[in-house]
Amino acid sequence: MTDISSGSLLLTTTDKVRASLAKRHRKQRILQGFGIAAISIAFLMLFILLWSQIATGYKAFMQTNITLDIYVDPAEINVDRLPRGDFDDVLTAALLEKLPNVDATDRAAVREASGIFSNGAQFDLRDRIVEDPSLIGQTINMRMPVSDPYDQLYKELLDRETPEELRRLNDLQIANYDQLLDAGAITSKLNTGLITNADSRFPELAGLKGALLGSFWALLVCFLIAFPLGIGAAVYLEEFAPKNKISDFIEVNINNLAAVPSVVFGLLALSVFIGLFGLPRSVPFVGGLTLALMTMPTIIIATRAALKAVPPSIREAALGVGASKQQVVFGHVVPLAMPGILTGTIIGLAQALGETAPLLLIGMNAFITSAPGSPFDSATALPTQIFIWADSPERGFVSRTSAAILVLLTFLIMMNAIAIYLRSKFERKW
Amino acid sequence: MYYLKLTASACAVAAISATASVAQSRDEIRIVGSSTVFPYTQAVAEQFANNTGAPSPIVESTGTGGGMQIFCGGIGEAHADITGASRAMKASEFQLCQDNGVTEITEALIGFDGLSLAISRANDAAWDLTLGEIYLALGAQVPVDGEWADNPYTMWNEINPDLPAVEILAYGPPPTSGTRDAFVELAMHAGCEELAFVEEGGFDGDWVGENCSRMRTDGPFVEAGENDNLIVQRLEADSNALGIFGYSFLYENLDKLKGVQIEGVEPTIDTIADKSYPVSRPLYFYIKNAHRGVIPNLNEFIEEYMSDDALMTGGYLSERGLVPLAEDRIVELQDAVLDGVSMEAPQ
Repeated sequence: MTDISSGSLLLTTTDKVRASLAKRHRKQRILQGFGIAAISIAFLMLFILLWSQIATGYKAFMQTNITLDIYVDPAEINVDRLPRGDFDDVLTAALLEKLPNVDATDRAAVREASGIFSNGAQFDLRDRIVEDPSLIGQTINMRMPVSDPYDQLYKELLDRETPEELRRLNDLQIANYDQLLDAGAITSKLNTGLITNADSRFPELAGLKGALLGSFWALLVCFLIAFPLGIGAAVYLEEFAPKNKISDFIEVNINNLAAVPSVVFGLLALSVFIGLFGLPRSVPFVGGLTLALMTMPTIIIATRAALKAVPPSIREAALGVGASKQQVVFGHVVPLAMPGILTGTIIGLAQALGETAPLLLIGMNAFITSAPGSPFDSATALPTQIFIWADSPERGFVSRTSAAILVLLTFLIMMNAIAIYLRSKFERKW
Repeated sequence: MYYLKLTASACAVAAISATASVAQSRDEIRIVGSSTVFPYTQAVAEQFANNTGAPSPIVESTGTGGGMQIFCGGIGEAHADITGASRAMKASEFQLCQDNGVTEITEALIGFDGLSLAISRANDAAWDLTLGEIYLALGAQVPVDGEWADNPYTMWNEINPDLPAVEILAYGPPPTSGTRDAFVELAMHAGCEELAFVEEGGFDGDWVGENCSRMRTDGPFVEAGENDNLIVQRLEADSNALGIFGYSFLYENLDKLKGVQIEGVEPTIDTIADKSYPVSRPLYFYIKNAHRGVIPNLNEFIEEYMSDDALMTGGYLSERGLVPLAEDRIVELQDAVLDGVSMEAPQ
């Protein structure tokens, strides 16, 4: 009896395993399925984000231009009166050459026709003539951006089928445009102004130079402050600090600091740096200080992890041959941990680059038509520039906002790629 | 050791350059204030910088109230020179200015802005609302059977059988926005006062201010954030939704959106200027007279702002959607502002 029962018991265990096998396989498949679904959803979201930005933004990377032969009429522009002069009349005369249908005495028609010029065209011409006054009396060839409605027309964002009174351009203006297009005066070129121009209220002239330089200066200040302080704090906490309640308390607080919402740092900067220290508003220096507050905990945590990863045998070997603690740390441990530290720092800076809320509070969302030459000139930053453009009424800023987002994403991807490269290239396995 | 040196030198460089630059005097004009006045000030600032070659003024959109706080902070280079406002300065703000030594202020009314209700052109119905209907659709509490109760309406035709039988859905600005303040004051309060319940009940302005200021939060009114372009996109996507924003956004998107008539009047430059369109508001900017002649180029900037090119009908501000003043009032304004006439304390 006992034999049979033990035999049947064995049998039932195997049976049980067999019976449950299908169920276990099924659970395994479900788990895998969930995993794949989660990754697919994440990728789909990323794809939607990128696609929506690229779909609206790619048009901003091209700019429609008008090319004209301009006779710099000495009757309109006098060398003694420079930089003043009737540059817009000179431009209009050059335009009317190409548009024989427009009656030069009909002021309303002429005004409508000359609306194709961007507001910046007359200043471009002025700057060129001021630079070289011998151009007066000559004919020069100039390529200028067209104003926003015509740019939209070229990019087919302005629908010709819309009733005339609802369009930004009337039938006459579109007829003029078509005539210029047929004459080959209208061309579309890569929009270098998007990077080389500072901000403007005219979409066709607006660019990211001020924002890029503002972000650069702010990140430079942030790096110069957060990197040494972060490493110093981490090295002290990891290598020198005694393990007691005070260091535990500091550690908990640093971890908490990394989770504080960025807007809180913005308010702190507003009341301390601007209110108490009297630093000016809107400057990248203050932006950098604020971002440094935010980046420091990230750098401290990354540095401590990197220092921990250096095996104790290295320290013991160095101490064994008579090195001092300081020599051990700066001669061996920190250099070995440097790839990890740099990776953490770059990721921290990438976060800082995309940070908007604290910069809004310290006024880095101002409208400034010149690029900053130092960290103490007022400027915007990339994310705040996106914020300003997203809120501008002109149609041309819709695609420019997306283009600016793509530029920001490119920088973020580049910084993350550098971090990954550093990690894979220099990381040591022990 | 190398790292210590690097750290020390970096800190030293930062500290020296900080003191050096802060000690420098400010050579650009600083402007704060309303997000509604912002685009117009932007336009003047850019024109000014291009024309004169002076450093470009720094224009910051802080909202009307936030701008007043900064503007009234005091006299000196750390404080702004000009603030824009989408309403007149309040007595309390004037007092704050006085307390901080900002005693001489010039007020300039530069024009008007219409708050427009707009709807997609894909919507075929002829929309014409009274202020009372707007209040009944969007107010948090309305009269129901003689009682002041939570808003029960979900369809437009429940309010007025002549209105289309579509769900009430309106996108508007959040409470932090000056546009929202103006909408509550000009449309909601005025609409509330039109209601028979309020008129017959003999309720006064204080009662209206207390009870009619809240927008409903049960779905039909959606706060769409400060980004008006987003509202425009939502209106395109949903042809039955209304949007509330400044006239300049309607003006830029007239091919896609149409204005909703209010009390039979459509929002246009003319109706806003002659005030027949009921939801329009004045736009101001305030100049700190103590900074004139001290901050470089401030007077030249004000001249540009006051120039005919900027202010007159057909000027570059009206191209951006500003509804200009009548011509004789512009001349009056130019004289007063260029002479630096200080304002009286508001009531």
